[in-house]
Amino acid sequence: MLRSRAKRGVSKHGAASSFETRPSPLLRMRRREVVDREGFALLSGMADVTANVIDAPAAPRAESRLHVLWRNAFPFIVVFGLWEIVARAGIFPPKLFPSLVTVAQALVDLTISGILPHHVFDTVLRLLAGFFLASVFGVALGILMGRSRRMEDVFLPLVSIMAPIPGLAYAPLFLLWFGLGNKSAVLLVAFVSSFSVIFNTWTGVKAVKEIWVRSAQAMGADDRRLFIKVIIPGALPYILTGLRLGLAQAWRILVGIEMLAAVPWGLGWMIFGAREFLNTDVMLAGVVVIGVIGLALEKLVFQKIEQYTVMRWGMLT
Amino acid sequence: MIAPDRIRSIRRATITLVVAALLYEAVARTGYFPQALMPTLPQVGSTLLASLLDGTMLTHAAATMYRVMIGLGLAVAVGLPLGILMARWKPIENFCMPLVSALMPIPSLAWVPVFILWFGLGNTVAILIVFYAALFPMLLNTWSGVRAVNPLWLRAAGAMGANERALFWKVMVPGASPFIITGLRQAFLRAWIAVIGAEFLAASDFGLGWVIFDAKEFLNTDMMLASLVVIGGIGFLFERLVFGSIEKATVQRWGMVRTVKG
Repeated sequence: MLRSRAKRGVSKHGAASSFETRPSPLLRMRRREVVDREGFALLSGMADVTANVIDAPAAPRAESRLHVLWRNAFPFIVVFGLWEIVARAGIFPPKLFPSLVTVAQALVDLTISGILPHHVFDTVLRLLAGFFLASVFGVALGILMGRSRRMEDVFLPLVSIMAPIPGLAYAPLFLLWFGLGNKSAVLLVAFVSSFSVIFNTWTGVKAVKEIWVRSAQAMGADDRRLFIKVIIPGALPYILTGLRLGLAQAWRILVGIEMLAAVPWGLGWMIFGAREFLNTDVMLAGVVVIGVIGLALEKLVFQKIEQYTVMRWGMLT
Repeated sequence: MIAPDRIRSIRRATITLVVAALLYEAVARTGYFPQALMPTLPQVGSTLLASLLDGTMLTHAAATMYRVMIGLGLAVAVGLPLGILMARWKPIENFCMPLVSALMPIPSLAWVPVFILWFGLGNTVAILIVFYAALFPMLLNTWSGVRAVNPLWLRAAGAMGANERALFWKVMVPGASPFIITGLRQAFLRAWIAVIGAEFLAASDFGLGWVIFDAKEFLNTDMMLASLVVIGGIGFLFERLVFGSIEKATVQRWGMVRTVKG
């Protein structure tokens, strides 16, 4: 398991992406089995998808920087060009299918007037608040469930019953219970994203090798040191995967809930509100910003955290 | 050796669920929260039963399933061939991967307002949202599955005289199948989440998401909870029965995943 992750870690950071450094199918499959054991491949399996996307642009070393840039930019140039041609040809009304220049204009105008930054700020704040709640609660519960058989028996059924229901389906219930606005939005984000944190933390704590625990104990580690020095670092790769999945889920759900919860500011609300006035340019600008933030969360936040903790402690490489 | 452990787990699970239900019931009956917001469990049960019996729930579930199935079918029809092509031909991968990486972080629901403007309210929007949500897991898993096929197997089959077609059907498809099935599972899960959201926002007249949203307007919390049960039930059923048996029929039979239970 760790070995297969280790290999992935290498290719992720761009060392090389030839066939040899890719995990062999057997290793990957073994990894999958561990996760699949309890039937939560769904939740944990998504890690593969996000990891692959990060893998993707990793180029062979031989290519020059400029070449890589061109290779990655080329598809966008083609698609944008096609879009522009269709938009200018006037097949669709320009109100509904604006040219990219209009969209860019809207983006710049909104940014300068301070409206877009305000929306972004509120959305990110909500995301962080919800995700913070989810990670504190999820990691704590996951560790408890992983360490104590009794807690596992008590909480696992509850969690497994609530987890398969799509997060957004809870939204109207939360809106009724907690009212329209910020409170429901943050609580729903926290509630929905905590599941993958709980499951992964729980799996991770259970996957800590028994022999590490025993040898630490044999060398006289007390409970506290065992926990801090062995269990936490051992479970960390899983916990980080859980947090990462949780954050991705939080992001997805937040955009939806902002459309429903009638919050005064927020990107979800911005694009949903723009529909009323046929401001397709504003909507598309909003979608772009949402995509950029999503990508930034993945690339800047989690890859860095992983580098600083897991890799440094030698859990991956 | 597992048996007594298992029995204990099941017993404890049952106790937990019963206690949780009783707690909920007790809180609901004290009347601390308004009855309309926190209905008792018998109320939820009878609403569920009534809506199941008079067929309304089934109609809504059928409408939702229809959207999911069409969207998922489209996603498979596009994602599977494209994933294979991307894994086999470098230029296609070079062209598609940056686009996929750029589109992937955009939540499918962010497209709902745009799609509503373009296609109007109704089925089209829901199906397209499902398609968008399900496409990426399908595509990326197929892609990594085909790439992960052991080159040794390909060479061995080639050395034994397999032609391109046999190589594809006998080696690559079975080899990539664990990934493809995982992709299908994830795609369904995403689709199932997306369809509920799309039904909330692109209010058509049918669908489980619409039922929940409509029930909110009239404070029918019992109806909301009943639909939640149905939504969770269908999701669970698909995950366990449908995908479980697909996996048994293909991947496990071909010996691609060793069963490690015991």
